[in-house]
Amino acid sequence: MSEILSVKNLSKRFDDLTVLDNIDLSVREGEVVVIVGPSGCGKSTFLRCLNGLEDIQDGEIILDGENISHDKKILQKNREKIGMVFQSYDLFPHKTILDNVTLAPIKVKKRNKKEVEEEALALLERVGLLSKKDNYPRQLSGGQKQRVAIVRALIMQPKVLLLDEITAALDPEMVHEVLDVVLSLAKEGRTMLIVTHEMQFARAVADRVIFIDGGKIVEEGTPNEFFDNPKTDRLKKFLQTFSYNK
Amino acid sequence: MLEPKVVQMLLEGIRDTLYMTIVSTVAGYVIGLPLGVLLHVTGENGLRPNFVIYRVIDFICNIIRSVPFLILLILLIPFTRLIVGQSYGSTATIVPLVICAAPYIGRVVESSLNEVDKGVVEAARSMGASNIQIIFKVLLVEAKTSLLTGFTITTGLLLGYSAMSGTVGGGGLGDIAVRYGYYRWKTDIMIITVALLIIIFQIIQYIGTKVVTKLDHRKR
Repeated sequence: MSEILSVKNLSKRFDDLTVLDNIDLSVREGEVVVIVGPSGCGKSTFLRCLNGLEDIQDGEIILDGENISHDKKILQKNREKIGMVFQSYDLFPHKTILDNVTLAPIKVKKRNKKEVEEEALALLERVGLLSKKDNYPRQLSGGQKQRVAIVRALIMQPKVLLLDEITAALDPEMVHEVLDVVLSLAKEGRTMLIVTHEMQFARAVADRVIFIDGGKIVEEGTPNEFFDNPKTDRLKKFLQTFSYNK
Repeated sequence: MLEPKVVQMLLEGIRDTLYMTIVSTVAGYVIGLPLGVLLHVTGENGLRPNFVIYRVIDFICNIIRSVPFLILLILLIPFTRLIVGQSYGSTATIVPLVICAAPYIGRVVESSLNEVDKGVVEAARSMGASNIQIIFKVLLVEAKTSLLTGFTITTGLLLGYSAMSGTVGGGGLGDIAVRYGYYRWKTDIMIITVALLIIIFQIIQYIGTKVVTKLDHRKR
């Protein structure tokens, strides 16, 4: 499989504070990469850098053969190729669910409205929310909102999907319905970068797991290596915080 | 009871007051809305922060808003004469009303837009929306209830200011209240005009609140 996203020597600094320090990462088409790490380690910032929500001080980001990290115009043209789903859903509160989903393809991609709507309805049906199409976001539960947010990202047909702690704001019983959708996307061969605190889910969905701490990639491996045989002390310690065995 | 002549005058007063309020609100928004968008966009947390542009507009807005309306009314007389051809009457009053309203509206619009959740803007940006698309399809749409609340408040303010212009012969109900009630001690006419202003104000506020409640999809 070919490389779709490549990050070279990426560094991000806020004034004197280095948030990301020389990150290198290459993602193949269809690969699911899960990023874990203690809060404040820079993992969310990393995702935000990838689709240009944060500018970077060093390094480059190459998406689908184009360097998107230095020229704003090239970034703007390629942005729709990177979809992003946020922790706080960020649906448009004054738009119906259907309008939330169809806005970007119609306005940004200038696609035919009818065609987009049909596609949106099919996607909503797939996540079990067809009946909510005329509702407004406030009428939905957190889990339902997050599934709509996933659909809203999917309909742009992104090459890479970034999921930034998408279950962190959900009640426990809603986490599953959202993660099920993500699992089915992974099975379909979608390329995804996922930041999460759900370790069991990480193990189930990932092709590769990355541990970021202090703005650096400390360790990476297949889920089995990563969770069963962590090499570095820092990862061992981190993983221990998730278990309650004495 | 009131003489037919007085009734006629009061009806004309209502007409002139509505005319001044509506035209100056609309014209105020023609200038103030883009101004508010510009303030938001160039502001610190805007789509394209620009300290210089923001400071300049900010400064001008503050100056105009610092001048008491009555002084502005008098200061602008030469300018009003230049545009309308005369400095008294309801059409002439619209000029200072608009100049007073535009920076005020700019501020109201700016604060409405600042209230839009930043995450929603980021979501739109991450989908590849341009700044123009974000302004028209996200910011103005998501801020609409707040914008309408601001619109109602502004209309009420201009209704009050249009009445204030009565002191310099501005026309409308305020003019009647000043000329008959104040200068000629006709208390009954003054009370009636004030009552009419109260009623108009209540109607504006009632409609505004109703529309906002109907359009707000964020809460029940």
